[in-house]
Amino acid sequence: MTRGKFNYRLVIFLIAIIFGVVMSIPTFLQSEKGAKVSLGLDLQGGLHMLLGVQTEEAIKSKMKSIASSIKFFAQSGDIIIDDFRIDEELLSFTLLDKDEEKKIDEMLKTVSGLQVSKEALHYTLSLSDQEKQVIREYALSQAVETIRNRLDQFGLSEPNVAKQGNDKILVELPGIKTADDEQRARELIAKAAHLQLMAVDEKRKDRTTTMSPTEAAQYGDVILPDARGDNIRHILKEIPILDGSMLTDAKVSFSEMHQPVINFTLNSEGAKIFGDFTASNIGNRLAIVLDNKVYSDPVIRERIGGGSGQISGGFSVKEAHDVAIALRSGALLAPVTLLEKRSIGPSLGADSIKASLIALITGFVLVSVFMLVYYRLAGVVANIALIVNLFLLIAIMALFGATLTLPGMAGIVLTIGMAVDANVIINERIRELLRQGMPMAQAIEHGYENAMSAILDSNITSIITSVLLYVYGTGPIKGFAISTAIGISVSMLTAILGTHGIYQFFMPRIEKSKNLSLWFGMKRSH
Amino acid sequence: MEFFAQHKTYDFMKVSRFFIATTLSLALLSIILFFAKGFEYGIDFSGGTIVQLKYEQKAPIDKIREDLSKDKMFSGALISEFGSPEEIQIRFASTSGGVSEDVGDKVRSILSDSGKFDVRKVDIVGPVVGSELRQKGIMAAVLSMLGIMVYVAVRFEWSFAVASIITLVHDVAITSGALILFHVEMSLDVLAAILTLIGYSINDTIIIYDRIREELKSTKDMELMHVINTSVSKTLSRTILTVLTVFFVVLTLYVFGGEIIHGFSFTMLLGVIIGCYSSIFISAPFLKVLGFSVEGYKAKLALKEKNKIEKEKMRSQYEKGTV
Repeated sequence: MTRGKFNYRLVIFLIAIIFGVVMSIPTFLQSEKGAKVSLGLDLQGGLHMLLGVQTEEAIKSKMKSIASSIKFFAQSGDIIIDDFRIDEELLSFTLLDKDEEKKIDEMLKTVSGLQVSKEALHYTLSLSDQEKQVIREYALSQAVETIRNRLDQFGLSEPNVAKQGNDKILVELPGIKTADDEQRARELIAKAAHLQLMAVDEKRKDRTTTMSPTEAAQYGDVILPDARGDNIRHILKEIPILDGSMLTDAKVSFSEMHQPVINFTLNSEGAKIFGDFTASNIGNRLAIVLDNKVYSDPVIRERIGGGSGQISGGFSVKEAHDVAIALRSGALLAPVTLLEKRSIGPSLGADSIKASLIALITGFVLVSVFMLVYYRLAGVVANIALIVNLFLLIAIMALFGATLTLPGMAGIVLTIGMAVDANVIINERIRELLRQGMPMAQAIEHGYENAMSAILDSNITSIITSVLLYVYGTGPIKGFAISTAIGISVSMLTAILGTHGIYQFFMPRIEKSKNLSLWFGMKRSH
Repeated sequence: MEFFAQHKTYDFMKVSRFFIATTLSLALLSIILFFAKGFEYGIDFSGGTIVQLKYEQKAPIDKIREDLSKDKMFSGALISEFGSPEEIQIRFASTSGGVSEDVGDKVRSILSDSGKFDVRKVDIVGPVVGSELRQKGIMAAVLSMLGIMVYVAVRFEWSFAVASIITLVHDVAITSGALILFHVEMSLDVLAAILTLIGYSINDTIIIYDRIREELKSTKDMELMHVINTSVSKTLSRTILTVLTVFFVVLTLYVFGGEIIHGFSFTMLLGVIIGCYSSIFISAPFLKVLGFSVEGYKAKLALKEKNKIEKEKMRSQYEKGTV
């Protein structure tokens, strides 16, 4: 037996084999430790949502909170302002006493990004475009953060929440098994959790059933429904006393009637505003408003210090728990809408895995049997490269933390067909040279040399389209782009370098052998 | 094993005129079909909702139709079998904008007495997302063709780049035409298949171009027709074999890959065949149509060579200190 010749190509190939096998073990065993390819939502089941963030709403609510603070400032300084109203993104009021002008101007200067225009003592306030942009961006990142927090607290495994573009959020929740869980997760995401404490307009409380929203707006009031049902209405002062941004904690506890209630705590600023307001409004009612629904409107009996309050209102235990999570993780500054939703049941995912595995195995068997029959030993060499290619593909996907989607599986199947192309091109070149009567060893070297430019050019064009598919594709399509791009790149290592190394290793035997049929499957007549 | 007669040079150029005329008009027809009729866009691009159910027994499709027709949300819904008699797909145009309300729950309650079933999939795509995906798809297709054109132009010649783009447009147009004819819905997967084809069908073209470039350098024959015939004939076996291996795996995907990726595998199957055909009969012969001149190319090569020699001469003179 002639001894094989080690060469650098073979050494690199052997290292690649070890690397590929070792790094793909965690994926095949789906073990906890080590980098592995995780299954995409379409294969393991789960929920994919694209949410639109209505960032304009955040600007409106910012105006409201500016209004609250102006009102609080005016009241605590005994400055009388009149005709105070909010019109979408504009805020206007009239100052009665010219002596107070300086004080108000000083105060307004402390609010960042505020544009003030004055006509005598009539103020019109708006936000600068730059400030609006800041608010929009903040609303988006705050929404991402908030939704992520909520889902983390809900206890789902590996939720993915990410920004998309200027006003969208991608939410992916793998492994949601029941419709009930899905529902709760969706409600938790969508809940604005916007807590407001508002004063009841005691002057007009008798007209709750008759007043129209436009009339209410004239008085600086707003009409909100009760949490128990839309037919019960409340007339409240439009500008809230304070809102959930001053909330520090929310917890579920049980009332004397064993009903779940939510206790919340305010920060020091909120506590001071709350204390001052209750002190000066004894006998009036205070409405606790969550997401524009009035949960309760107790009469203020005394000054409430300490900055804590309670929301009660016929919650179920689960509901109370979810509301508390939502309040704790903060309000969504801007409401979200559903732009796209894809939910895949686990049984469909399992079927897809089965179908694509069958396609993968059948495709592999077909291609490798063809290569073996057509090229004999050269086919065996190509098939070794093909197997190594698959291992390396999985290993590299695992290292990148890529997810395997159904189109990704299709990409792997396709890679099998494309990876052997390089070997077909090389082998056909070698056969051509052999037919011209070139000795086998020389034909192999020349074959590799000549085939190289065609293989490189064709693979690079494939990679160009994969990259563009990745950039412009969404979700599962990205998975397809990743698996084909990696598959093709790896094939250059295995199908070109690896197989060349194997031939060079066997070169001493090839040089002695004249058996073109055995090595390259050629007809004996040549 | 060998399939191909190796010493023979086939006269591709003789028949190419006929093939180019026929299939380019087919491609043109496809483009007209595209503008006249257009794709049947799936919900990925047009927006809408798809709910997929799997019953434990044969799905009572008539009862499902009747029950759903009572609800306004499902008016105009298309209800059809999906892959097997147990599976049902419900498709309608409206989408709900709320995050917390859910179509799946609704279907579950409306159809609760139609038998035991499992809601396997709910897809809701809003109209904004749909049109965005369509734009992105077109961008990706156009950019990948441009990318390939530039690459081919850099690696080969401009006329090669133009011919390859015409081949690609031809492939994509005919594949799309077939999709419209066979009522295959345009979905994200089908788009991915088309983009993959753009990257793949150029492969065989490049193998042939590579050989033409090589022939051009070595041959004394100034006749482009001969050069093309030799090159296409010599690469014929590898062109067909490489397509064959991909065809095998795409076929297995089509047969075993399941209903969900049918659109993808069907498109690939079609495209792989068209791509192979066009590489042989269009991409290379089209160089002749574009008026590629062997003499011009050789002159250019000679000039390059001359410049190179001149430069070396200058350098050696410079090094010797004679300049």
